[in-house]
Amino acid sequence: MKTVRIGCGAGFSGDRIEPAVELAARGEVNYLVFECLAERTIALAQQAKSRDRNSGYDPLLVARMEAVLGECRKRGTTIVTNMGAANPAAAAEAVGDVARRLGLSGVSVAAVTGDDVRRLMDTGDYLVTETGEPVRNLGDRLVAANAYIGAPSILEALSRGANVVITGRAADPSLFVAPLAHEFGWSLDKWPELGRATLVGHLLECAGQVSGGYFADPGRKDVPALGDLGFPIAEVPERGPVIVTKVPRSGGIVTPATCKEQLLYEIHDPAAYVTPDVVADFSGVRIQEAGADRVSVDGATGRARPETLKVSLACRDDFIGEGQISYAGAGAVDRARLAADIVVERLKRGAIAPKEIRCDLIGLNSLHGSRLGADSSPYEVRLRVAARTSSLAAAHAVANEVESLYTNGPAGGGGATKSAREVLALLSTYIPRELVRCEVRLEVA
Amino acid sequence: MKLRTIAHSRSGDKGTIVNVSLIAFESRHYPALVKHVTAARVREHFIGLATGEVIRYELPLIGALNFVVHGIVGGGVTRTLALDAHGKSLSSALLEMEIPDDHLSR
Repeated sequence: MKTVRIGCGAGFSGDRIEPAVELAARGEVNYLVFECLAERTIALAQQAKSRDRNSGYDPLLVARMEAVLGECRKRGTTIVTNMGAANPAAAAEAVGDVARRLGLSGVSVAAVTGDDVRRLMDTGDYLVTETGEPVRNLGDRLVAANAYIGAPSILEALSRGANVVITGRAADPSLFVAPLAHEFGWSLDKWPELGRATLVGHLLECAGQVSGGYFADPGRKDVPALGDLGFPIAEVPERGPVIVTKVPRSGGIVTPATCKEQLLYEIHDPAAYVTPDVVADFSGVRIQEAGADRVSVDGATGRARPETLKVSLACRDDFIGEGQISYAGAGAVDRARLAADIVVERLKRGAIAPKEIRCDLIGLNSLHGSRLGADSSPYEVRLRVAARTSSLAAAHAVANEVESLYTNGPAGGGGATKSAREVLALLSTYIPRELVRCEVRLEVA
Repeated sequence: MKLRTIAHSRSGDKGTIVNVSLIAFESRHYPALVKHVTAARVREHFIGLATGEVIRYELPLIGALNFVVHGIVGGGVTRTLALDAHGKSLSSALLEMEIPDDHLSR
């Protein structure tokens, strides 16, 4: 029975490149997937593209490709990625340029477009899921609208011989489902098979998170050689249990525990994990050790995919200004609290009029509030003040108010930092899938 | 004893909803999790951090529970003023919850 080896070389836009290089060189994988699109990323990419028509793809696309393309060509490894972000076409061109620079010929690069449905939002009666309001009411504040496309177009690109497939917004698991469907000749209505393939994607899509990353708790959950964390590989036979493992001789660890944590990551009802390709059912999944850094995963299935596709909406919203400053020694917490009080007083009295203000004491209660936070007085504490404003100027003013504690606040404050940013709110809606027309364009470099 | 003695956890987010898993290190401790870590107790544990309902899913085959926590205070990942916008550290908060020892052997 044929077994497909598929690896994940990135779990988010800023992920490390060295483990991907290792995966390409030593992982002996048929497919190398780079998953680099969080919800916000594509909205930022869209804004970049609006300033420069040739940009809008992942900032690390070129670096990643320069690092792995040669090795992948040598070994016949196909690359599948959503690093196209807001501009898959420009991304494909950039990859072609990398191929030429590296002296590689005959590299077939596919760009998958069609996920951008911004124009469609102006017609039609779509409602924002989170608020119930019409999407049309967002007007010009709507910066981006991207549908989560599934496996079909990726599969088409692979069938047409692509060595590198670049998409924009696609469901993360779909990047893994398409290669498996391609290798095993599954039609895209084989729900149990797609449910199984979706499990493979879900376990691998965050890269290091299943192979020992985001797991270590020294003395309780130890991870060997975490600094040398190796990225994961799935060995997928046509039927039956899938083996989750990682690059040989790398750091990290693959155990039933690491796989269980990743299985339930960002999952709500495990019996109904909805993707564009299938409604996957992970409730019957069994996980067991199958050797050192080898875990056997079985029991995923699926049922018919939804009629609609989820659309991620990015809207210009408010602004957030933030400042931080630290205090140490006896009375540190009292001084931090005094600093918080006077910053709030000044903000309320002044012209800035923030819509919302939040004060945290980092080291004490900044993550989970006072109920779950510390009772005792730490040696040092860091005040954080964040406020929501209607303009960038007001956000800067908030940040400056915190910094001004240097000369206008309690004694001994140090290490002040400040920042101000525009908020891009992420909302969602749903669109009938037949309205989303994807296109695959291949070019041979 | 604290939950972290017998279980581990990871949390992730979608909008104003965070899910927090609770996985028994050893399957023999799963029944204790089922008995003591109810949706209501988790909701109470997260007072001040979440205002919505908590739904609990059970996965006996892997000795795990999954809690879906609605109404995270702050307006969701992209709008919130909270430092931990994604609620990723909520796993650590859950593991601080106390449950009865119930003659559990270690």
